[in-house]
Amino acid sequence: MQMLNADPVTATEWRSRRTRLATSTPPQRAAELGKVATDLRRTVLRMIERAGQGHLGGDFSVLDILTTLFHGVLNVDPERPHWPDRDRFILSKGHSSAALYATLASCGYFPRAELDTFMAPMSALNGHPNRTKVPGVETNTGPLGHGFPVAVGCALAARLQSSTRRTVVVLGDGELQEGSNWEAAMAAGHHELSALTAVVDRNRLQQGARTEETNRLDPLPDKWRSFGWEVREVDGHDYRALVSTCTESTTGRPVVVIANTVKGKGVSFMEDRVEWHHKVPTADQVRAALVELGR
Amino acid sequence: MTIAASVAQTYDCRQAFAEELTALARADDRIVAVCNDSIGSSNLVGFRAEFPDRTFNVGIAEQDMVGVGAGLANAGLIPFVCAAAPFLTGRALEQIKADVAYSDVPVVLCGMSPGMAYGELGPTHHSIEDLSWLRAIPNLPVVVPADPVQTRAAVRWAAGHPGPAFLRIGRFKVPAVTPPDAPFELGRGIQLTDGDDVTVIATGTMVSRALAAAEQLRTEGAAIRVLNMPFVDPLDTAAVLDAARTTRGIVTAEEATVSGGLGAAVASLVAQHHPVPMRILGVPGVFAPTGSTAFLLEHFGLTANGIARAARELLDR
Repeated sequence: MQMLNADPVTATEWRSRRTRLATSTPPQRAAELGKVATDLRRTVLRMIERAGQGHLGGDFSVLDILTTLFHGVLNVDPERPHWPDRDRFILSKGHSSAALYATLASCGYFPRAELDTFMAPMSALNGHPNRTKVPGVETNTGPLGHGFPVAVGCALAARLQSSTRRTVVVLGDGELQEGSNWEAAMAAGHHELSALTAVVDRNRLQQGARTEETNRLDPLPDKWRSFGWEVREVDGHDYRALVSTCTESTTGRPVVVIANTVKGKGVSFMEDRVEWHHKVPTADQVRAALVELGR
Repeated sequence: MTIAASVAQTYDCRQAFAEELTALARADDRIVAVCNDSIGSSNLVGFRAEFPDRTFNVGIAEQDMVGVGAGLANAGLIPFVCAAAPFLTGRALEQIKADVAYSDVPVVLCGMSPGMAYGELGPTHHSIEDLSWLRAIPNLPVVVPADPVQTRAAVRWAAGHPGPAFLRIGRFKVPAVTPPDAPFELGRGIQLTDGDDVTVIATGTMVSRALAAAEQLRTEGAAIRVLNMPFVDPLDTAAVLDAARTTRGIVTAEEATVSGGLGAAVASLVAQHHPVPMRILGVPGVFAPTGSTAFLLEHFGLTANGIARAARELLDR
């Protein structure tokens, strides 16, 4: 299986949108990111309906974060996915692959048509992302607690190579129950990796129940502070706030953005419901969801 | 070919490893070292002194260590990730699988002091499962050098290999047995003695002992072919199948559990293509009792006498 190729037309559209957004007012920027994210939610819904499997709840909680990062923050080039000085982006919660794939396709990393193959036999788009097949994927995630240590390595490498490139890793909140994350948090704090940003998709639900009922994470900001991180809290569905908090550190410390999100965000009957972690919607539910998502 | 197994001088391969790695790093600034508070036990003192900014000690955190290695490799660097073999492979096995092998990044995993090198420290500190665990992971050559010469060759090879690799870097002192001009290529074994009675396939610390066994048996009139198999995976299938076809049986010897290592790989191959009588020497599915490395090797029959005894069993069939 070869690595997927870029879609130059979409990449060009993405580039002009980036340019436009850079000079727009914050409300204009938020409105445009919102339109992109709504399209992506519709796309993800159809991908999961077609595949008959997936993780809708977490896809929808993280989608505004992914949209903001790829369409408004990260210094990347979908047509040069291996450009050495690109910002590194790692989705540690790899089960939100549908959201990642839809986002990458919306930037032109590969043709949108490829999304129709999500989890189909021999598809490049596995249930969890694979860097050897999907441009824009930096490391293969899926088992939880893996992306963050790799991101620490990316940030250490950037420092060694005297590059100003950033590393951004998106973590699930339930995922933080894995100890390897705290090994990585400790190392990043120790090395004062100010070019490293962690975004926590704080939807407060994990596969089986609420995080706070399962293995309590709060007081989460205090935990990060005690590991040497600069903590920023934000509404994870507020594009304007996400753009302004996903900026680089000004304190010399690594930054964690605790993005308070709603699992299943955008579809009323999925929001904050534990069963939508990996439930597959019926045809009726898909229709109802699409209506809520504006089509 | 001269058999050097009787030579009294023995070597801790970590020295050769460190010297070769440091020499390579002088010529190639992509080479970096990562370790888990094991600067001393991984023999990285000199490397760190010469390349302080290229030495990453992540502390006692093996999962982070392997992930950091993968992140460094993502940037085009060539990380040698060094830790005591049991902790590198046991604690960080999922990182080795997902972040390194499946992600296909050129991380060189260096399992220091493998096998039963930590003797009396006991089974928690022994690494006899590593060959089985790592053999089961695709895209990860599993390399067990026999002596300092082969350790240097393995380090040079791994630095130039475009994908991941695992190297066992021995602490238990061994004689030098590898001819200086011996080739070192992916999946290739080295024939150290010729013979058509029985073949002994050995790796790591067992190679010098296999040569000593061959010498014993030569005095009894038996011609033993000794194959040094530095690559437990991918296996030198041509050399193994030739041994199956042209000798009367195969003895394998490794400082590892018999469940899934070199012997299992050889047995799987010959069983499917050319079945021959075999004896598989290793640690037989038990936790080792208390004892030094030398004592434990003796205890499990991983000695010249033990190898010779197994070969005689095949000769007497």
